[in-house]
Amino acid sequence: MKRNFEDDKKNMVVVEGSYAVADAVKACRPNVISAYPITPQTHIVEDLSQFIADGEIPNCEYLNVESEFSAISALVGSSAAGARSYSATTSQGLELMHEVLFNVAGMRLPVVMTVVNRAVSAPINIWNDQQDSISQRDTGWIQLHAEDTQEAADMTAQAFKIAEDPDVMLPVLACMDGFILSHVYEPVILLDEDLVAEYLPAFEPEFKLDPKNPKTFGAFADPHSYTEFRYLQQQAMNKALKTIEDAADEFYDLFGRHYGGLIDTYETEDADIILMAMGSIVGTIKDVVDKLRAQGVKVGVLKVRSFRPFPAEAIKNAIKGAKVIVALDKNISLGLNEGALFTETKGSLYNTNVNIPIIGFMIGHGGRDIPMSTMEAIVDEAKKVIDSGITVESQFTDLKEELL
Amino acid sequence: MKPLLQAGHRGCAGCCDAIAAKFTLMAAGEDCIVVSPTGCLEVMTTPYPESSWNVPFIHSLFENNAAVASGIEAALKAKGEFGNTKIIAMGGDGATLDIGMRSISGAFERGHDFTYVCIDNEAYMNTGVQRSGATPFAASTTTSPAGKVSFGNIRPKKNMPAIMVAHGSPYVTTTSIGYPKDMIRKVKKAVDVEGPTYVHAHSPCTTGWGFDTSKTIEVAKLAVETCLWPLYEMEDGELTKAKKIKNPKPVEDYLKMQRRFKHLFTMEGGDEMIKKIQALADANIEKFGLQ
Ligand SMILES: Cc1ncc(C[n+]2csc(CCOP(=O)(O)OP(=O)(O)O)c2C)c(N)n1
Ligand SMILES: [Mg+2]
Repeated sequence: MKRNFEDDKKNMVVVEGSYAVADAVKACRPNVISAYPITPQTHIVEDLSQFIADGEIPNCEYLNVESEFSAISALVGSSAAGARSYSATTSQGLELMHEVLFNVAGMRLPVVMTVVNRAVSAPINIWNDQQDSISQRDTGWIQLHAEDTQEAADMTAQAFKIAEDPDVMLPVLACMDGFILSHVYEPVILLDEDLVAEYLPAFEPEFKLDPKNPKTFGAFADPHSYTEFRYLQQQAMNKALKTIEDAADEFYDLFGRHYGGLIDTYETEDADIILMAMGSIVGTIKDVVDKLRAQGVKVGVLKVRSFRPFPAEAIKNAIKGAKVIVALDKNISLGLNEGALFTETKGSLYNTNVNIPIIGFMIGHGGRDIPMSTMEAIVDEAKKVIDSGITVESQFTDLKEELL
Repeated sequence: MKPLLQAGHRGCAGCCDAIAAKFTLMAAGEDCIVVSPTGCLEVMTTPYPESSWNVPFIHSLFENNAAVASGIEAALKAKGEFGNTKIIAMGGDGATLDIGMRSISGAFERGHDFTYVCIDNEAYMNTGVQRSGATPFAASTTTSPAGKVSFGNIRPKKNMPAIMVAHGSPYVTTTSIGYPKDMIRKVKKAVDVEGPTYVHAHSPCTTGWGFDTSKTIEVAKLAVETCLWPLYEMEDGELTKAKKIKNPKPVEDYLKMQRRFKHLFTMEGGDEMIKKIQALADANIEKFGLQ
């Protein structure tokens, strides 16, 4: 039976982005939540602790741990014991978890963690960019980025669905931009618990820590077998490419909302210039696209939802008709002077028949505002590339010369 | 009954970790889940695709053992599966006194119902006998070697049991693999007491300490008989029991069996060091009323 999605709109409530995510976590019926506070993640774990205090999350233990290292380590144990396990963090907290992130992924534990993206120290800075999660690129976690608060909430349910898929069994970082999404109040539709139950079946892993059926987790693998463990992780990432799409489609069927699967596109069909980006900046770009389209500029936006697995094929298909691609990155690989989206898009197209110039802009570091005028200037640079080729491949945006 | 720790693991002949793990499982029984950090025990018992464990076992990392154990406890409680299952975190002295300290402190403060067993072989054995916070005074290790101007490790052992008592643990005890009955009784008690409990098992390492592989138990006993390793129990912060040692042996009897103390008998001034070690034993006699 198809639901009447129009009714949902009447049920919209104005809540903080963090609340929308916490409420979505609740709807996913987690068994163990671990928490350690760090701005701008705090409101999510505070809201969850209130749900616990009010008895609103049955069969759930909430652990106030002594560090992020233990927050994620506790979930190694809980997930291995068959519990649906959740945490949230950002920036310094996520970097502190680094070693454990590899471990969670290597043991194929489908933990879900919200990352409220924030810059990393030094200098210390609590505002948004995406250096924190990008720096966890090779840990073996699926990494998804949300554009708005509704998507961040809905992505939580999708994340568990993807992670726990028996063909995948990989942990997921569900990323949302700090403050821009976590602290903004917007009308959203909160997830209906019964519908989520339909969407997301109970977590029943094939293997778990169980005295009735003893298994060994985290064994020692020598050169004879280590490679195959890595290979199988990569295979799971490959499978996740489809699972992420399916999770988005199934979500649409039940809830009537869709944000793209691996990627999403806006006005790219006939676009000469395609801007690609991840997270909340996509909303700003869409406004710029509308404005420039009205002036006759053929520009579109490609939103990358899944940074890992990297959707090379989907990106290629979406951009192949364009004349120039612009990758916008809220991160930088120091010493390469490129953001990750730029490097990886460029790299994934190199041996293909798609040969379109790509330029990169590093933007919005440490919460630096990104006005529409900046975006328009970037589009002007892209036009120049169409006319006369690339002059600067990758660069910082809006540098303040007076501070250098 | 099948052994819960299967023979055929890769431990050295006379390995203390294997003995400690075996006694722990004999006490806990098969309804338990074992969590073990990186170290000799984990490496020698789980070479993929083999495992010596006939109980559920998980190894995560070096420094997060207690946090992993706390997550397991939380999972079982949340899902109503806790029942009588004993959760045992079993780790080396390095994993316990040094790098894992934060996670142990957090898990004890949170009050999880689990037992932490420290297998104290007084150095980082798995990486080649480097000094840890549990290495005793004047022991030579690969990172605190005796040399022309050094008698080896210059610091006494960190008092981990006292730290665990300070966390408000209802049951903290020391034991030794040289005393199987003592160890099994204490682990059994520890797993039966509700809340986070701590067992510190003195465990002589044949390879790292330098003694014959047939002497593990003998060396373990000598540590107790010289009063360098007192066996005591602390319940709710009070000393409730200490094993009496009627006629303590001189510490030389213990030291001279081990390569790591050999320099004390050959270097000039070594006798002064031995006197200091004897003073540590005498202080234990006093403090725990061992006589
Ligand atoms: C973060 C980290 N640092 C260092 C190591 C290297 N390491 C592995 S085992 C080990 C020593 C273990 O010593 P202990 O805990 O005393 O156990 P033992 O092997 O002596 O039984 C070390 C230093 C590691 N695996 N992880
Ligand atoms: Mg050791």
